[in-house]
Amino acid sequence: MKFNTIIIGGGLSGLTAAIQLQLSGESTAVISAGQSALHFSSGTFGILNSGAVLPEGHPYSKIGPKLQDYIARIKPFFAKAGVSLHGNDSRNMLRLTPTGTFQECRYAMEEVELFDAGNPDIGNKVLIVNVQGFFDFNTAFIAQGLEKAGATCRIESVSLPEFGRVRESPSEMRSVNLARILEGGGTLDEFIASVKALIKDEDTVILPEIFGLRDSSPALKVKESLGVRCIFVGTMPPSVPGIRCQMQLRRYYESLGGIFLMGDEAVGVNIADSTVKAVSTKNLGAHWLMADNFILSTGSFFSKGLASSPEGVTEPLFGVDTSYDKNRPEWYRRDFFESQPYMEFGVATDGGFHAIKDGIPLTNLYAAGSILAGRGPLTLGCGAGVAILTAFAVADSITGGKA
Amino acid sequence: MKLQEFTSSAHNFEECMKCTVCAAYCPVVQVNPRYPGPKQAGPDGERLRLKDPIFFDEALKYCLNCKRCEVACPSGVNVADIIQEARMKYGKSKPRLRDRILASTDVMGPLAVPFAPVVNFATGLGVTKAVLHATMGIDRHRTFPKYSSRTFEAWFRRNALKEQRKYDNRVAFFHGCYVNYNYPALGKDFVKIMNAIGYGVELLDKEQCCGVAMISNGMYDGAVKHARNNVSALSKAVDKGLKILTTSSTCTFTMRDEYPSLLKVDNSAVRDSILLATRFIYEQVESGAVKLAFKDGYKARIAYHTPCHMEKLGWGVFSKAILARIPGVEFTALDSNCCGISGTYGFKKENYGVSQAIGKPLFDHIASVNPDFVACDCETCKWQIEMSTGYKVLNPISVLAEALDLEKTARINGF
Repeated sequence: MKFNTIIIGGGLSGLTAAIQLQLSGESTAVISAGQSALHFSSGTFGILNSGAVLPEGHPYSKIGPKLQDYIARIKPFFAKAGVSLHGNDSRNMLRLTPTGTFQECRYAMEEVELFDAGNPDIGNKVLIVNVQGFFDFNTAFIAQGLEKAGATCRIESVSLPEFGRVRESPSEMRSVNLARILEGGGTLDEFIASVKALIKDEDTVILPEIFGLRDSSPALKVKESLGVRCIFVGTMPPSVPGIRCQMQLRRYYESLGGIFLMGDEAVGVNIADSTVKAVSTKNLGAHWLMADNFILSTGSFFSKGLASSPEGVTEPLFGVDTSYDKNRPEWYRRDFFESQPYMEFGVATDGGFHAIKDGIPLTNLYAAGSILAGRGPLTLGCGAGVAILTAFAVADSITGGKA
Repeated sequence: MKLQEFTSSAHNFEECMKCTVCAAYCPVVQVNPRYPGPKQAGPDGERLRLKDPIFFDEALKYCLNCKRCEVACPSGVNVADIIQEARMKYGKSKPRLRDRILASTDVMGPLAVPFAPVVNFATGLGVTKAVLHATMGIDRHRTFPKYSSRTFEAWFRRNALKEQRKYDNRVAFFHGCYVNYNYPALGKDFVKIMNAIGYGVELLDKEQCCGVAMISNGMYDGAVKHARNNVSALSKAVDKGLKILTTSSTCTFTMRDEYPSLLKVDNSAVRDSILLATRFIYEQVESGAVKLAFKDGYKARIAYHTPCHMEKLGWGVFSKAILARIPGVEFTALDSNCCGISGTYGFKKENYGVSQAIGKPLFDHIASVNPDFVACDCETCKWQIEMSTGYKVLNPISVLAEALDLEKTARINGF
């Protein structure tokens, strides 16, 4: 098969680039080895923590002056794909984390509450409601965090007969299965009524993110119906808003005519004269996939875009150059909460995000997203931003800005 | 020393990160609370079973072996293979008579074909269904697939064999049980298309059922025997330089992947020569070796369903491309969801409710698209969708045979 561009890696970055290219009239295919890191998403997207200083070689520095334009493009882009985001293009807000603390972010999926950065108003009296027997949502952590911030918290739980079915298998009492029960109809109404009955004098209710796997309507209905402010807080993975975001992006991409090869893995590459000619995959075997351009968005270590061994950090598919500290003891800091150097390791690129092999940039292989060297997803809060903004940059340089 | 080489494990189970993404995509977990879910049944349970087989849980029987957990896994763990192999190793429940009958498609076929009208009449009767439901545990809602009064092989020998000698280019055809005993028309469509694009068709030397139903019904010795027989039959064709084409995604998947990974039958000499006919035709057209001419005025609104084993194979892209490019076709790719039948699983009365609940999102999607017909490469999905939605289901090869101007196609390819 032949395409204009083949994208290897179907997560946030790969899908963003693929959609942009498809919108500009290209024919594309995405090769996706399993589901992506969006399944662990908080439902919010960070661009850069306030006050953070970009280290030299950070991917944003390669985007240059277009960065602000690209940031302003994020909300309309996701809206087109059916993912409604809120947040301010020019300043960070806060989200409430599962440990009852606040963290900076720029955008959030529509049902996720954002707070003003200066003085987050959580309310005075907070009711935290869990589903009985659901262990992936720690109410005590949240209460502890909020009480430190001066709120009074009360913890309750709701039990409905429909949850009993899921509870039969304790290992399957999970966010996704609860979200399926609460998709709509009678059970959702019953749930809302049970929560309402628990509210005494509280001005805020906190619930786990278990609403709206396919679309956000169950979450919005809960928010509208409680009569007091309702804040959703993330659960242990899998993330319901994250899965929804992934499914909506993929559905939109396919509706534009894109080919999504789910569960397949690029295993072979054909490179001649510093140009990638084709890739082969585990499922398609001898049927090589050809394209004019290729995007490498296979993610970091967890997604196997990068591999580490006692010998060093490598990019296993193309064997392109990586940037990392050759002195292995320098990969980690002993203090877990310090900035960990290995998180900045990744694929080296030139100023236009071309991957480099043996010191020479490949003419048509671009790298995008968390495979890139120089990021600081935890310390800089730039994870989603790098994924989306470098995808925009790469798509633009492939199409000459047509998208 | 590369440490990683010494930490590899069967079906990659050590790679499991406990992320639970597999469980989010398991069709059984969504409807059957008694199933422990793929992570628990697979890699988590395996750790315990390796310690002591007493930890084997008979609830693993609820796994459909649909492989959707493997397609979703970000870490490359063959979750379903771990579960299937645990059932094979530790499972104590023996297949019942009903299971043996359902799984022995190529024992029942030859028995039924000579009496096809009587068998079809009898299995269609309400009273027969009630008796089978009560005595055998075959759900009364199910209709047995109709038997043909003549096998595909018999038709081929009598009506097509001589014709095939005209062609220098040849392919071998693994027709499978369904084409042979139930629906020879699909095999005939396949032969027509291959001839029109300039290929003669050969049958294999004694093919047997691929064995998928035996695997899912616990008849492992039988499945291994079939696998060995088929690998040897396929090898003879491969030795002659032939590709082996199929029209069923499940037979294809079983022979390519289940033979080595579950049945431990080495198929390396033949694996890459087994191709779905839609993939072969796509590749011939793409390379320019073959041209297709379509009937003027062909019109159809087609919704394509990706069977689970097709999803795992990753070849749906070929069937979809072939259908979508037929002039006059309005094409919809349905969301890839399990239809719930899983071969013989949905025929069993204890599974009927679960089977229909699993299929519901797919049935609803089909109803909302309201196509002229559904296309899909799997025969058991076809039965399930036809029974549950009322929409007709056609194999892409039959769709192509209908849409092609076969004479013109033969002419432009020089025949």
